[in-house]
Amino acid sequence: MSATPLLQVENLQTHLHLRRGVVKAVDGISFEVNEGETLGIVGESGSGKTMTCLSILQLLPIHGGGKIAGSVRLDGEELLQLGEEEMARRVRGPKVAMISQDPMTSLNPVFTVGDQVSRPFLYHKLVKTVRDAMVAAAAGLRRVRIPSPERRLKSYPHQFSGGMRQRVVTAMAIACSPRLLIADEPTTALDVTIQVQIMSLLRSIQNDSKVGIILITHDLSIVAGLCHRIAVMYAGRIIETGKVRDIYRNAQHPYTQALLDAIPHLGRKRRRLAAIPGQPPNLMDLPNGCRFAPRCPRRMAVCDEYPPATDVGGGHTVNCWLAAKQ
Amino acid sequence: MSVTSAPTPVTAADAPLPFFVRFRLKGAPWIPILILVLVLIAAVGGEGLTPHDPNGLNLGAAFKPPFWQAAGTYDYLLGTDNLGRDVLSRIIAGARVSAIVALYAIAFSGAIGTMLGIIAGYFGGIIDTTIIRIAEIKMAIPGLALALIFSATMDPGLSTVVIVIVLTYWTWYCRIIRSEVLSLRERDYVSFAKVAGCGSITIFFRHLLPNIFNTLLVLMTLQVGQVIIFEASLSFLGLGIQAPDTSWGLMLSDARQYITYAWWGITMPGIAIMLTCLSSNLVGDWLRDLLDPKRRQL
Amino acid sequence: MKAIFAKGLLNAAISILGASLIIFVISRLSGDPVSLMLPMEAPQSAIDALKQELGLDRPLWEQYFIFLWKALQGDFGQSYRWQMPALALVFERLPATIYLATAAFAFSLVLAIPLGVLSAVYRGSWIDQIGRIIAMLGQAVPSFWVGLILILVFAVGLQWLPAFGADGVQHVILPAIALGWYPVAAQTRIIRSGMLEVLDSDYIRMGRSVGTPERLLVWKYAFRNALLPLVTIMGVYFASMLSGAFVVETVFAWPGLGRTVVEAVFSRDYPVVQAGVLVTSILFVLSNFLVDLSYSIIDPRIRL
Repeated sequence: MSATPLLQVENLQTHLHLRRGVVKAVDGISFEVNEGETLGIVGESGSGKTMTCLSILQLLPIHGGGKIAGSVRLDGEELLQLGEEEMARRVRGPKVAMISQDPMTSLNPVFTVGDQVSRPFLYHKLVKTVRDAMVAAAAGLRRVRIPSPERRLKSYPHQFSGGMRQRVVTAMAIACSPRLLIADEPTTALDVTIQVQIMSLLRSIQNDSKVGIILITHDLSIVAGLCHRIAVMYAGRIIETGKVRDIYRNAQHPYTQALLDAIPHLGRKRRRLAAIPGQPPNLMDLPNGCRFAPRCPRRMAVCDEYPPATDVGGGHTVNCWLAAKQ
Repeated sequence: MSVTSAPTPVTAADAPLPFFVRFRLKGAPWIPILILVLVLIAAVGGEGLTPHDPNGLNLGAAFKPPFWQAAGTYDYLLGTDNLGRDVLSRIIAGARVSAIVALYAIAFSGAIGTMLGIIAGYFGGIIDTTIIRIAEIKMAIPGLALALIFSATMDPGLSTVVIVIVLTYWTWYCRIIRSEVLSLRERDYVSFAKVAGCGSITIFFRHLLPNIFNTLLVLMTLQVGQVIIFEASLSFLGLGIQAPDTSWGLMLSDARQYITYAWWGITMPGIAIMLTCLSSNLVGDWLRDLLDPKRRQL
Repeated sequence: MKAIFAKGLLNAAISILGASLIIFVISRLSGDPVSLMLPMEAPQSAIDALKQELGLDRPLWEQYFIFLWKALQGDFGQSYRWQMPALALVFERLPATIYLATAAFAFSLVLAIPLGVLSAVYRGSWIDQIGRIIAMLGQAVPSFWVGLILILVFAVGLQWLPAFGADGVQHVILPAIALGWYPVAAQTRIIRSGMLEVLDSDYIRMGRSVGTPERLLVWKYAFRNALLPLVTIMGVYFASMLSGAFVVETVFAWPGLGRTVVEAVFSRDYPVVQAGVLVTSILFVLSNFLVDLSYSIIDPRIRL
């Protein structure tokens, strides 16, 4: 591992100021991603995973009233101090790019795929002419293994299947060889066989380019093959983080254990996430103590106070009193 | 949805409350409401409220400007026209015509359009196709063109204006109410009512009509402004209200002849039209948001 | 594509046939169409000739087919006031109306597009407020009054532009504004809400995430999507201008079809009224039909 991590997030807070109150979507999280490394961020929907990523790129919904605080450093440079114009010109595309959740809605329906994939090359002055940009776009499509790319450049998004569209989105995201790639549930909307293809595509891109990847998912089973480390989010905070192997073999937090139980295994009956009773807390009105406590099967009196981070060895930390007591 | 037990909840359970129950005074557009009330008072009060006889000629007092200008007097607050008639009195008298036209036109076009819309939406099939086809054909003739050919055939006047507006606007109600009924028809309580053996007429009056009441109220409020503009346009062309009756459109038609001498002649009645339409549109928008926040693009 | 075209054409044909039926029925409502179609002082011989021609002694449906058959041949009768075939008169006046309607339409779009886009991009700002005020006022005033006020201010008061006639470009400005004022409101609203929806879409966020300059995102990538709902109703607005032209042309003494028909109503020149209204309806239906076609050109998903 190099001395300075590629991405260093410290005490990131994303609060949405709505008319009804303040939603603490992301509430003070810190993590790192190294070059060539994949970090999986895992949690239920509404746990703040997507907001974390949008905050790194400063792409919160326009009228959502979002405020970002804390620190996001990429190669040592503080991103939160950059203005919108500089983010667009220098960061988004060549440094950080994103693959969003739903390939069906991520491509502009009224422009050709060629237009959409080729433009990033022009914006970031990697090529000079539209013709060169189209050549680069064809190369990009080939890189994500889309057959006969030159011909497909003239097609519109609706002429592609879901898996092919996600490849197009990926080609768009990696066009300018970003240092960090954020993949927000890239396979949720796709068939299982396509999921595997997209995941192996991401792995081969990483092998080629040493790109750091943040993979967001609610499904622990798909992170195992791709991720090096995992951070588990619950109600806006990271509650457990560590190497994939440590999390899988030695999960400490009852919530992480419940997530792992929900993974289907051969020879074992599938239990669903719904096996965790109760609902995640209201992000406008959070409990003072452990946020999982109201649903926790092993709740204790001390859980009314927020548990400190406990290192259980090898960079595996967990915010739970069960671990702290040992 | 399984219907195992007796279908007891036939009373429209998710039918919206009548608007006066949910009436919230907070945020009501008070100034527009006040303006509409003033127009109504003028319409009801009529001749009793006018400072002068709206048709009283007084050539000696012709072209008096409004009171704030040097040549104006407090006797004629908004000035006089080419025949010395008081502009304010004529605006008050014109409010009556606007109100009467709006009342009849909205009542008839609303009733006809709603009935046809309910029938089309409720029965569907060939009835629906026929009604919608007729509405489409009617919409092939632009509103004012229909009015023109009608006026060329019939004698112009208040009743012709009302008939033309009804002919023009019933499709508006018909289409919106029809789609409303189409979605209501699929709701549980209407299905329950059918299962319970309610006849079409009962379902019609007990379940559909109360539910589309809110929509109808909003449509009617929003139509006020359009009717007033339509009537003014016809009267301006000389195909609507005829002298000695007066209306705002007719005043503008007269004032157009002396536009170079008296700016107030075309300004004042136009402002009356604008304020009335603006008010009814604002009240309509407010009612729509109040009664049904989900559907703001009616 | 061919199927869409054929279906649209069939619908248009049915609508036009229906319109001709309505026009025919209304003309028979008064009971005595001959008195409508001839000037008061017409001699008995002319009355008898017309009765014969219209086939008034035959059943009503037969009369309609006589009317329709003649209309298909372009024969609506003779204009008594202008001493020429009614349809020829209509076609002579039509270009001026289309010129005016096009200018008005251009005016409304030139105002509505920037206003709608900027209102969405800067939601809640002063420009959004201005857009809202224009929208409210636009729907609360009759177009003929806008015309009168324009004449009062720019022709009578400032004397910048002529109030009447049609001799040059300066003559079309005021009538075009008066006619184009009304749809500005609705068009602004449609563009604004379309832009608001599109600007929050995944694909705009995706575009932003690869560093697309904001200017291009708004005016190229979001705008073309927001244009779709506007295009669907463009036909309605262009058609509403043909209708509004009846009044605005009268205000500005614009020598188009609208004023001709209004004058024909007064001089009881019934053939001209019939021909004018039917031609307006045909234009109305055709412009809607053309818009349906153009929609499929803008939206590649419909293209086949």
